[in-house]
Amino acid sequence: MNYLYFLYIEFLAKHNIPQIFGDITFYVIPITIIFIALLVVVLLLVLFERKLLGWFTQRKGPNRVGLWGLLQTVADAFKLLCKENITPHGVDKFLFNLAPLIMFTPALVVLSLIPYSSEFTFANFGTNALIYVIFAGFPILSILIGGWSSNNKYSLLGSMRNISQVLAYELPIAFSLLGVITLASSMNLKEITLMQTSSLGIFGCFWVPCFIGFLIMFISTLAELNRCPFDLPEAESELICGYNTEYSGIRFALFYFGEYTLLFANALFLSVLFLGGYLSPFGRYITPLLFQGEFGNILIYFEQAFWLILKSFFIIFIVIWIRAVFPRMAAFDLLKFSWSVLLPVSIFNLFLMVILKFLMGGAYV
Amino acid sequence: MNEASLLKLNLGPQHPSTHGVLRLILELDGEKILSCKPDVGYLHRGMEKMAEKLSYIQYLPLVDRIDYLAGFFYSELLCRTVENALEIELSERVKIIRTIMLELNRIASHLLWIGAFLMDLGAVSPFFYTFREREIILKYFEKITGQRMMNNYFVFGGVRRDLFDTKDIEEFLSILPSKIKDYEKIIDRNPIFIQRTKNKGILDPETAINGGITGVNLRASGINFDLRKTDYLYKDYDFTPIVLDGKDAYSRYRARVLELSESSKIIKQALEKLKQNTELRQAPVKPIGFKLPEGEYYSQIEAPRGLASCYIKSTREEKPYRLKWRTGSYYSVNLLRKILKGTYLNDAIAIAGSLDIILPEVDK
Repeated sequence: MNYLYFLYIEFLAKHNIPQIFGDITFYVIPITIIFIALLVVVLLLVLFERKLLGWFTQRKGPNRVGLWGLLQTVADAFKLLCKENITPHGVDKFLFNLAPLIMFTPALVVLSLIPYSSEFTFANFGTNALIYVIFAGFPILSILIGGWSSNNKYSLLGSMRNISQVLAYELPIAFSLLGVITLASSMNLKEITLMQTSSLGIFGCFWVPCFIGFLIMFISTLAELNRCPFDLPEAESELICGYNTEYSGIRFALFYFGEYTLLFANALFLSVLFLGGYLSPFGRYITPLLFQGEFGNILIYFEQAFWLILKSFFIIFIVIWIRAVFPRMAAFDLLKFSWSVLLPVSIFNLFLMVILKFLMGGAYV
Repeated sequence: MNEASLLKLNLGPQHPSTHGVLRLILELDGEKILSCKPDVGYLHRGMEKMAEKLSYIQYLPLVDRIDYLAGFFYSELLCRTVENALEIELSERVKIIRTIMLELNRIASHLLWIGAFLMDLGAVSPFFYTFREREIILKYFEKITGQRMMNNYFVFGGVRRDLFDTKDIEEFLSILPSKIKDYEKIIDRNPIFIQRTKNKGILDPETAINGGITGVNLRASGINFDLRKTDYLYKDYDFTPIVLDGKDAYSRYRARVLELSESSKIIKQALEKLKQNTELRQAPVKPIGFKLPEGEYYSQIEAPRGLASCYIKSTREEKPYRLKWRTGSYYSVNLLRKILKGTYLNDAIAIAGSLDIILPEVDK
């Protein structure tokens, strides 16, 4: 960050703008821009899913609004914002309005914990990974509140399912995260990323030694995000969308957008932990080879962000692929699967990682 | 059990996986179903009463709508009952054409069911795959009969128009086995699908027989009862009824998939015969104003959703004095009372889906 800061102040000094202006805007402007960029990525993500599902099922997907349907999600979001906000009879109004906000806010908070490039993390704490897991668990609260306050039996059943599900799948996530933390000897996502630096590129990342942990984390993330085959809380054909049955207009949009933001954030998180985050999958960055000098040095940050987003989209692709293929799991098999398979295996994985760390003598690679 | 801790859930009539307008009144303890009460009649159109007010030829276009997914079967039933009464002998080509159409219709109906069943289970893609194949059949129906679904193609004593082109079906039959293999790849080998259907919704033979269950659901419970074996249309065809003894939702699914290839076998033989019988001879029935001789007439057929039959009481008038339909789904709906008790909500959707209930057939 210091390097960019220096460049920025120098640039301002050239044009006789006082430094105090630079001190303020240096943080505000890029954060605003990048946040909007991230939200645009999330909007594109919705389109990405619909397009992919279309192709998986021999359809074309949205292709009417804008070029290749690029503006479809924007149009949908706009439509939702214009729609009437229906509050059904008998709901707890305060909680009913609160639930979508609780869904949306943590989704934005977790986005700020991810290191997008070597110089750019909104909130860089020593325990980033831990804070991430805490905030990523927040949306259950929203689903519980939304389902409870909706005064709808289907919503209630949906939120009931969700709580048992998330409780069951939080523990395997925690244990596989511990495996990674053991390997990296750090709870900071940036340091975890840097620990994966090697000449092997993508094959030197943590998913190779910690493959079991990666699988478990991936499966549990699916469950936590209510994605297929664990989409029981919003089982469309059983519970008619579960907890968000009664939501319409902007409240529904917040739920929907929150869900996709969390999907994106979790994919980013997984790629940071296991796929080397912003590191180039080829072991070295490409931009310095193409552009010489200062420009290349700045461009490297963009390249890092590009790799991170590419990796996360790869994970999202698999998530969508699974959705296209698998039916929904049965409620009790789902809980059994977590408690009797994922949890023991994830604890075993943690032991494996500790032994590996011991054999490596404290240093990975 | 404390009364207050029970949840009364009204599943339907506007619910995405009740396949129309079925209403189930469920009593839940958590997600466990304690009792299930089906409530039918949301799609009642008075099909039987209408028959008493219309002449036979006027009533004929309506009967396709009793089961919009298998309209040919009900057309055939009405025609057959009237033909029995008038003692009309059908010509060979008419019989073959009717067999082809019925079996194509059965394939279309089963294809739709496979997609819809998987949709109930939460898988999206198979729905589109089966619809892709079903579309070929519907396109063919449109070509021959002018309609995609409510065909109104069979008439008393014959068919409305000759089957002039069979190239499309031959093509369809040649691709169908590979498509069935594709379904098996995405569905049968799917561990979650197996987990959700194996040993779910056990329908033992006694309950099935006492409940009046027929068709694929009965055959998947291990009872060899296929009316086609005794049907005069299918007399000269070589096929084996699919009988599985799994008794569960999985074997009901398997039975339908196997029936696809069995039906295509029948169509293949029929197409061979069609080439030998090139002359279409319609039986002479004066379309307007004919009267059935006094008496009671009954005929039955193996429809995709079980045994369907038609009963006519005639008093020597242009209209039937009384007309009754027996449809397979009606009995399947009633079975839900027994079969859903003690299951969990998301299994219940799978079980109800596996029985292949279609509501217009129930409500008539």
